[in-house]
Amino acid sequence: MPGGFMNPFAAMNQLQREVNRLFDGYLPSLGAGFGSATVFPALNIWEDSDALYAEAEIPGVAPEDLEVYAVGDELTIRGTRKPREGENVAYHRRERGTGEFTRVVTLPVNVDADKVKAALKDGVLTVTLPKAEEAKPRRITVKAG
Amino acid sequence: MSTNVTVKKPEGEVARVERTRDRQTYMPNVDIIETPDAFVVLADVPGVSADGVDIRFEQGVLTLHGRVEPRQDEQHTCYLLREYGVGDYLRSFQIGEGIDSEKIEATLKDGVMELRLPKSEAFRPRKIAVKAS
Repeated sequence: MPGGFMNPFAAMNQLQREVNRLFDGYLPSLGAGFGSATVFPALNIWEDSDALYAEAEIPGVAPEDLEVYAVGDELTIRGTRKPREGENVAYHRRERGTGEFTRVVTLPVNVDADKVKAALKDGVLTVTLPKAEEAKPRRITVKAG
Repeated sequence: MSTNVTVKKPEGEVARVERTRDRQTYMPNVDIIETPDAFVVLADVPGVSADGVDIRFEQGVLTLHGRVEPRQDEQHTCYLLREYGVGDYLRSFQIGEGIDSEKIEATLKDGVMELRLPKSEAFRPRKIAVKAS
């Protein structure tokens, strides 16, 4: 076999370095996320007056391998990313982590657990957490005295 | 937001308006797997839908580009926690000999892109039958 055959992929290092620079310290690497101190999945959480929204990128996790719980002010995302099955395969590069993950976050307010919704599309999980009634902002009518 | 600016170009050059994009591009994590008859590239591209995929093979370089439209109005979103950025994905691979580039196939599922690069006939393992003499 010619030597070039065993590894026909040589990533373009210059490009990688440049992109990595953008990446560093900004987006936790999924590969490092399993079995190391890096938390997985990374979360973006935002809010409006009625609800909190949590979003996580979990590519390759099937809906049936994912569990989302909300109790009080706590959100739990748990799941498994399964390795590719198949015999007779050799890995030339392995950056995508596999295994089980759990992430628990404390939210700033209580949420209405019965109305929490979770959607998974193209590997992006979005959890909509309506705020509990007592946590919603109220407009106070000011009376002229 | 994009602005079209008309610029006078020297004669003979074709003016082309590029889409203005003021967002990040990320390098997706990949696995590269070899099977007896193909190489398989798996790339994590969460948020990319089928119409956002652009795969090119040019002069021995395979380039994978996944377009991700912003999911939030970043200017007006009240973030409580922000651990990752949303943007496009871009990664290139130099492909050596032994790949049948005409038969490269791509599929997308749950935010993972799978590229299948079949080995050319000449590079596939063959079982050699031994004839009894």
